[in-house]
Amino acid sequence: MKPPPFEYRAPATVDEACALLASLEDAKVLAGGQSLVPLLNFRLARPAHIVDINRISGLDRIYERDRGVAVQALARQADVEDSGIVARVCPLLGVAVRLVAHRVIRNRGTVCGNLAHADPASELPAVLLATGGHVVARSARGERTIEADQLFRGVMETALAPDELLVEAWFPASAEPFAVIEESRRHGDFALAGVVRAEDRLALFGVAPTPVLADPRDPAHGLQPSGDLEATSDFRLHLVRVLTERAFAA
Amino acid sequence: MKVNGADHPAPVDPRRLLSDHLRHDLGLTGTHVGCEHGVCGCCTVLLDGAPVRSCLMLAVQAEGHEVTTIEGLAADGEPLHPVQQAFHECHGLQCGFCTPGFVMSVVGLLTQHPSPTPEQIDEGISGNLCRCTGYASIRRAVSRAAELTKE
Repeated sequence: MKPPPFEYRAPATVDEACALLASLEDAKVLAGGQSLVPLLNFRLARPAHIVDINRISGLDRIYERDRGVAVQALARQADVEDSGIVARVCPLLGVAVRLVAHRVIRNRGTVCGNLAHADPASELPAVLLATGGHVVARSARGERTIEADQLFRGVMETALAPDELLVEAWFPASAEPFAVIEESRRHGDFALAGVVRAEDRLALFGVAPTPVLADPRDPAHGLQPSGDLEATSDFRLHLVRVLTERAFAA
Repeated sequence: MKVNGADHPAPVDPRRLLSDHLRHDLGLTGTHVGCEHGVCGCCTVLLDGAPVRSCLMLAVQAEGHEVTTIEGLAADGEPLHPVQQAFHECHGLQCGFCTPGFVMSVVGLLTQHPSPTPEQIDEGISGNLCRCTGYASIRRAVSRAAELTKE
């Protein structure tokens, strides 16, 4: 349970980080580390290089833009949870982030890192998808915006290129009514299944390789969730129907 | 990095976890190591005053920051920290393995919520696992710690 050897780099600016990502083979970005470090400890990830972005200053802002809220790469989940801007502009994000693990984890974990990690059972990718948000990716080649419905490609796979750094996530102002409801074995665990409602839009998590948009009238249509020790495939489908009903009853 | 108020040189190996650095390089074995993937909460320490998992941080990342471990809450011979005193009074521990992690999490919880509701207490300790007490006495200890902190 110790990380494998790697070369460690701690750039001081975004440009420096992008230059490193462009030149290094097999580099992984370290932000909050609450998903990456467990993978290193289990040796499920063995990157040759770690690019630690925590020394970059001025990359932890949470601010309003384009009638939404932007969360930069080093804004911790706890900061988002406590943010007055998030509570006012996008309360859906504020509610959802409280469901991510535990406060002690959220003190380090970042919203952008969570999105880049793209765990299919995670809440925030589904929030980005339901609200129609986007992320901003920077590289030595330039900057581009990736819409939520283009970002998630598979289990822990995104459209980010190896030389790109996710510098910011943007969530549109939440429209009423909204809801985030999930079922997990214990508080703070990954959800067996969960739903995010943003007005009339519905996104599901924990039931497919990526978060998916679904029809609120027939949310389980076409889904084939995997089964495991904690929940069978049928039980996950059942949860999707029940949780959707609850989300839209509100 | 500063650990419990004293300066320490940077760790040599970047893959050294903060938890291992504290225990093996600095001899601060009060920080316990359970699961090493962020689930059990035993290795919780304060980083610039906020509780974090020391097994999910590289020690080099703590450079320029202030780390507080269970040893830093009260010096030898000094009165216990209010949270330690409350755990003692309320029998908030049996074998003691999880206790340093619980205490550090609760210090953080009371900074965030000085008068926590029962729900905030449950949520505040939900990231720490204890296999002996059944949690009831730990919850009492948190309430008591809030009282003691105010005194």
